[in-house]
Amino acid sequence: METELKDKIVSIEKPAIEAPPEWKPMIMGILCNWCSYAGSDLTGTSRIQYPPDIRIIRVPCSSRVDPWFIIKSLQAHADGVLISGCHPGDCHYISGNYYARRRFLVTKKLLNFVGLHEDRVQFSWVSAAEGAKFAQVVAKVSEDIRKMGPLHLYKKENTR
Amino acid sequence: MARVGVFVCFCGANIGDFVDIPAVVEETKKIKDVKYAIEYKYVCSDPGQQMIRDTIVDHRLTSIVVAACSPRMHEKTFRKALSDAGMNPYLLEVANIREHASWVHQKDKEAATEKSCDLIRMAVAKSIANEQLHEISVPVTKRALVIGGGIAGIQAALDIADARIPVTLVEKSPSIGGRMAQLDETFPTLDCSQCILTPRMVDVASHPYIELLPYSEVTELDGYVGNYKAKIKKKASFVNFDTCTGCGTCWQKCPVKVPNEFNMGVDKRKAIYSPFPQAVPNKPVIDAEHCTMLIKGKCGVCAKVCEKGSIDYEMKDEMIEREIGAVVVATGFDLWDPKPYEEYGVGRFKDVITSLEFERMVSANGPTGGVPVRPSDGNVPKNVVFIKCVGSRDEAKGIEYCSKVCCMYTAKHAILLHHKVHDSHAYVFYMDIRAAGKGYEEFVKRAQVETGATYLRGRVSKIYKKGDKLMVIGEDAQIGQVVEVEADMVVLATAIYPYKDNPDLARLLGISYDKYGFLSEAHPKLRPVETAKAGIFLAGCTQAPKDIPDSVAQASATAAKVCALFSGDTMKKDPMIASVNPEFCSGCENCVSVCPYQAIVTEEIPMGHGSEEVRTVSKINEGVCQGCGSCVAICRSMAIDLAGFTDMQIINEIVAI
Repeated sequence: METELKDKIVSIEKPAIEAPPEWKPMIMGILCNWCSYAGSDLTGTSRIQYPPDIRIIRVPCSSRVDPWFIIKSLQAHADGVLISGCHPGDCHYISGNYYARRRFLVTKKLLNFVGLHEDRVQFSWVSAAEGAKFAQVVAKVSEDIRKMGPLHLYKKENTR
Repeated sequence: MARVGVFVCFCGANIGDFVDIPAVVEETKKIKDVKYAIEYKYVCSDPGQQMIRDTIVDHRLTSIVVAACSPRMHEKTFRKALSDAGMNPYLLEVANIREHASWVHQKDKEAATEKSCDLIRMAVAKSIANEQLHEISVPVTKRALVIGGGIAGIQAALDIADARIPVTLVEKSPSIGGRMAQLDETFPTLDCSQCILTPRMVDVASHPYIELLPYSEVTELDGYVGNYKAKIKKKASFVNFDTCTGCGTCWQKCPVKVPNEFNMGVDKRKAIYSPFPQAVPNKPVIDAEHCTMLIKGKCGVCAKVCEKGSIDYEMKDEMIEREIGAVVVATGFDLWDPKPYEEYGVGRFKDVITSLEFERMVSANGPTGGVPVRPSDGNVPKNVVFIKCVGSRDEAKGIEYCSKVCCMYTAKHAILLHHKVHDSHAYVFYMDIRAAGKGYEEFVKRAQVETGATYLRGRVSKIYKKGDKLMVIGEDAQIGQVVEVEADMVVLATAIYPYKDNPDLARLLGISYDKYGFLSEAHPKLRPVETAKAGIFLAGCTQAPKDIPDSVAQASATAAKVCALFSGDTMKKDPMIASVNPEFCSGCENCVSVCPYQAIVTEEIPMGHGSEEVRTVSKINEGVCQGCGSCVAICRSMAIDLAGFTDMQIINEIVAI
């Protein structure tokens, strides 16, 4: 059963057409206001450079992120999604990131089930002091998505 | 029909050098719904804000997007510009093209420009879904609850009460005073601890704005900032405090002897007792666990000798309620149990004692009359070894953190030992000397030079008994040799550790705590006295190890916070909170269980117009909600939404590019 599913994933994920050379990945970043968004601000303040593939949305807490937002991003235009919140135990809202963590584990399973590579959606914990870490995380996600190529599942044509 | 105005900021060269701003503005003008777009050198400057105000009026804009620095930086500034122009301030969105574009893609102007356009598209799309929001006004009950009557709690209560705000001070033991009352003298001035503390204790008891509840515990806290309701258990003292004069006949005659907690078990107290002579209030209580009258119904001596008839064996615990607006938690610290240090003979050798036991012995009102004695034979010790960092800074056996005060009180103990026993000698084994503080380093020098204490840098590996002496084997790292000291007594500087019921208290109050049990502050640097829950503040060692000046300073800081909270009859609260649409709510109550603030309650509403049948729906208390959005994402009927971050706004952002 599992091998079958795996074969399926590969077949669905295989780009129907080769990515054009000018293709750039589009990553939707959803960051919590108190840790990761502040951390991404610090990346800027420290002038640490990272790949320009990410577009950032601010939410109060990682627990605000509905799996719907992830699916919708992939459906609309994104080749990958990065969700980032406070480190476990450091949540500004006491326990929000724990709910987020559980919810995302299930979301990953769903992505697997529908035949998407689960690394299209990644999660990280970045504190307000970790500007350098945020740059590393974006670089890694960007590289992973570049390796996977454009997501053709829902899009008729990929312009980016 | 939305009419969005977009202001793109150069931020001098910060954005202008790395993003092609004229191109961004051209691109922005193509967005549907954008009626006006302009670039400006510094939008946050006064003329920049004036431009926003004028444009809002001239172009009848319905929402505003400022593409500039992070919203964490200037969102408030621009919101004010909107409200000055008569527009609802929450119709603003900020596109962060500085921290998220120009500063992080400095080598790729084309990509930074493209990204800036995208960020503006997202902000415009979100702003179209923005709704007018209004700050929430919450009434305030002007009474503070202080939990813990140590020096931090005393200071907080006095400072708040001096601002003519009523305070309820709850202390779990029969007297206020806390740990500081147990100390003999304090570093670095050798002030007598009791002499400086007891006047403050009396001030608390006599202050017209302070209600002192000794021998009481907080058992419940409901509500939200400005509107808490606390349930307090007044434990049965079996003594009528109104008639008792504190004469002391009862505890002189009581036949039951119990180890005295105040003296760290060095001597005994009676079953009816007042913890120490200067106790406030100076009224005894009966220890129900040990009183034979209460256990077996035999004795009754105290009732017989009490001339006022104040003893009441039938007394029951009493629950009282207080409506309060803010809470200061100052529950202090306990000592870490040094049991894991078997090589020091803890529990096996009577003459290995903790520093607080030593403190009580050298204290003038202590069990030995101010002279240290060996618990084994009652002799006065000549050679005393002090071992620092017992538990502290020891990942293997103890805890990782530094207890902060041990270096200083050990220096004090060396000096006090010399004062009390002139021909004695102190040996101090230490890892580092941490003496940061006004007059602290000088004080340690005084212990070393004036008192002649021998400071040995290194850990003790073993203590064994030789005759009636204790042989202490340790390393002197400075000469690289093993040293052996013949000691009459060994004093362990045990770590400061939170009370074991701190986590229970934290759960009761709805605040967080760390892995040891210390209560967590909202921000380690910029909000050190606030908790993540509005209206609850921390003072003293309940948050982290501290010395007396730090605890007092923090307590005064909490008082300032409480006074600021109570400065008006109502408080303003951010309107970005969740709300339930009862039409969609299915009453599954998933939101109730995920809310970290217990802000969601259920209510019953009629099934339909005029229907007698009812159904259960969730309801959010807007005073308590902090706007995290956990409930929004968990709601399967999509009945909950979060103002300022609605599903519509976020989806708009996602699909905007």
